[in-house]
Amino acid sequence: MIQYIIRRLLAAIPTLLVISFVIFALLDLAPGDPTGSLPMTVPPEVREKIRLSLGLGEAMHIRYYKWVVQFFINEPLNILQHSFGITIGDAENRTRILSWATRSPVIDLIVERTPQTLWVVGLSFLFGILMAIPIGIVQAYRQYSLFDQIGTFVAMVGFSVPTFFTGVVAIILFSVQLKWFPMIYDTTLEITSWNNFVLQVKQMIMPVTVLAFYQAAQLSRFMRASILDNLNLDYVRTARSKGRSENAVLIIHVLRNSLIPVVTLIALGIPTIFGGAIITEQIFRVNGLGQLLIIAIEGADIPTVQTLTFLFAILIVLFNLIADVLYGMLDPRIRYD
Amino acid sequence: MKKTLLLSIALSSAVALAGTAWAAEQGRDGELRLLYWQAPSTMMPYLSGGTKELEASSIVIEPLARYDPDGKMHPWLAEEIPTVANGGISEDLKSITWKIRRGIKWSDGSELTSADAVFTYEYCSHPDTGCTSSNYYNDIVSVDAVDSHTIRINFTVAKPFPYAPFVGYNAPIIQAAQFDGCIGAKAQECTEQNFYPIGTGPFKVVDFKPNDVIVFEANELYREEGQPAFQSVLFKGGGDATSAARAVLETGEMHFAWNLQVEPEILNKMTEAGKGTIIAGFGTAVERLMVNFTNPNPANEEHRSEYLGGNNNRNPHPFLSEYAVRRALSLAIDRQILVDAGYGFAGKISCNVLPAPAIYASDANDECKTQNVDEANRILDEAGWIPGSDGVRAKDGVRLSILYQTSTNSVRQGTQAFIKEMWKAIGVETELRNLSASVFFGGDPASPDTYQKFYTDIEMYTNTFSGTDPETYMANWTCKQVSRKANTWGGGNMPRWCDPNYDALSAEMATTANLDDRIRLAKAMNDMLMQDYAMIPLIHRGGVSAFSNAVEGPRGNEWDSELWNIAEWHLK
Repeated sequence: MIQYIIRRLLAAIPTLLVISFVIFALLDLAPGDPTGSLPMTVPPEVREKIRLSLGLGEAMHIRYYKWVVQFFINEPLNILQHSFGITIGDAENRTRILSWATRSPVIDLIVERTPQTLWVVGLSFLFGILMAIPIGIVQAYRQYSLFDQIGTFVAMVGFSVPTFFTGVVAIILFSVQLKWFPMIYDTTLEITSWNNFVLQVKQMIMPVTVLAFYQAAQLSRFMRASILDNLNLDYVRTARSKGRSENAVLIIHVLRNSLIPVVTLIALGIPTIFGGAIITEQIFRVNGLGQLLIIAIEGADIPTVQTLTFLFAILIVLFNLIADVLYGMLDPRIRYD
Repeated sequence: MKKTLLLSIALSSAVALAGTAWAAEQGRDGELRLLYWQAPSTMMPYLSGGTKELEASSIVIEPLARYDPDGKMHPWLAEEIPTVANGGISEDLKSITWKIRRGIKWSDGSELTSADAVFTYEYCSHPDTGCTSSNYYNDIVSVDAVDSHTIRINFTVAKPFPYAPFVGYNAPIIQAAQFDGCIGAKAQECTEQNFYPIGTGPFKVVDFKPNDVIVFEANELYREEGQPAFQSVLFKGGGDATSAARAVLETGEMHFAWNLQVEPEILNKMTEAGKGTIIAGFGTAVERLMVNFTNPNPANEEHRSEYLGGNNNRNPHPFLSEYAVRRALSLAIDRQILVDAGYGFAGKISCNVLPAPAIYASDANDECKTQNVDEANRILDEAGWIPGSDGVRAKDGVRLSILYQTSTNSVRQGTQAFIKEMWKAIGVETELRNLSASVFFGGDPASPDTYQKFYTDIEMYTNTFSGTDPETYMANWTCKQVSRKANTWGGGNMPRWCDPNYDALSAEMATTANLDDRIRLAKAMNDMLMQDYAMIPLIHRGGVSAFSNAVEGPRGNEWDSELWNIAEWHLK
């Protein structure tokens, strides 16, 4: 197993290097200009100077090389230095990946925004799972019952109505009409007292619910289908004929087997948490990673887009590996040696 | 009895006095909550150039003079506005001397001196800084500190309007002590300084979260007694314009929302909640149709939309080069419909490309204010454009068929659809096209779809100029400025319209200092463009903001920051 993991990790290195180059090349070839969003009153010669000051005067391979050095050497060294106080090499003149829009280190922006994304998107993912699994089980076990019909209907609604719609509906209903929750996420709020904690919960309810609804809708369908697949199999009949109670059949035998594809799905879904929820974060003004990404794309802030997408790529590769390992643990038939 | 009366008067006046004293105290009104649906990414205006960053930084760092909502200049950090009359501007128009007000303190306690202004010039004019306002410091030989509070700016050429450097929110003064190590290429790495600039303004930055939120505290050292009224400012960014309007007008969570490009009917409906007011400020922005005077036919290959000299006689457009057609196209448009449908508060009919400041606005072109389809048809009939069997007019095998492009934007597409119908009524066929703003305005010389290349017959967008002096703006339509291959489509003259008489007026304006003469020249140039239909103006566009009824003070300002007078804002 360990050997397998090491082998996979080593194989990931060239994969990631290729990915980083492809992202860089794609962004470089795509139309878009960091000075494009400036007012038209800024003359072309000033725009040219701005581009040069951002390092766009250099050839593409040099810019790529610089980014690789900054990402793989300078930034990790910087983290070492700030987290553990270990200084290696010339810390003073080490260049970091700077965002073109903010002229500040991209990694700092990411670090600043990760907690909000993890809280809002992560919690909604968690709630989504917690809702979807029991709902899916009951739906499958009582197939075609009223509960199943309603569950299917709600899931279809959740599936097909986009979050930019449910989000706005939630705002109009709960902020404008009922005035229960604030429509603007206060990112300066620090949880120092019980009152602030209540405020924090209040402002998280709408984005979390909207996202959790969407997640649960998708997952519950999977859960239902997976249980249905298993319910008709021979081992279930065997278990029942052995005289085991329905609960034991369902929870011990069926659930464990049906969870295998769902767990994979969940593991592969975790990187998307870090990707943030671009639309939901934008609607509720949560300063998460998704919002950072969309702002960077709109402003042609290439270093930020490049770094973020590459971090997502790393996470996806990593969680693919985790999903594979989990598979082996859940399903004894699978061996990696 | 008398005694008690006297006593009560004395008491009440004492209470009233105490009341005013309390009311005049700085920071009495708590938190002011501003919402900008585009979030500022830095506090350093010289490294951004985006309006959102300029607005945010304007409440911390200040220029020598600012513009009010009418486009009038007011001394800000300066004692007075220098003019030739008061000796502040030299007779040959080659230098201007500003006197900085004495006793103004930076928020760190040090004194504002002429060294800061000199430093600001050095910072922004350094070629490696990548300063986005460097055009405000053009043609300068030197900025000298005459004494601790006087600076003299020497220009290479005569400047009839020398108020670009250190004026307006594009060119404020930054503190020399703070940005000392941040000049040139280092400017990019000074994150701490760029996020937390020290200023002379009513507020100072306490917390800056890029692309999200800024927290400001009142600056105790602010020069005006009892200002600002608010103790702190929460400057939230992000989201979209509609929900920003909702946060002020419907839920009342925010006090002020900026730049609300929202359909007028939605805004109207939101104001019914009675929580806020809408204000519009009008600057110089005009949505206009650019008319291509050159032939954009793809068969033309390298001469496609290329000006080949001869005052538009070589490579002319097959039909737009004809005066009658251009005039008819303008007459056929009902501009009021366009305003009502797409702009509402944020639009007025415009028949000029230079609609403001008011002193420069010409009234010679008001014909365009009313639609006249009959007259347009008559003109085309007279010019020999005869409707064909499909209803489209043609002459000598040339059909009046227009390819009309603009950027992707729901209001613009609405305008396009209206104009297409209006032109149909005079027998003109229109094909509509829209392009993503980042491509259309992107300026990539390799792309055929930029507004500069203009490979269509008509294109529509808004242009404007900063400051209040139209000289540079009007110089956009001189022959030299024609956008063409030779200048990699860098010129500002999109119609490729060229008239030596216009060039002569432009040259004259560049050497004329007298305001009345400048007004006459600017109007004449505007009228030439309008009466030859080089451009067809549609809508004078304003900026729309909303503010809460609880707050008093905001006045829309298109010439400077909307927050230019934030020190005076207070709760009702």
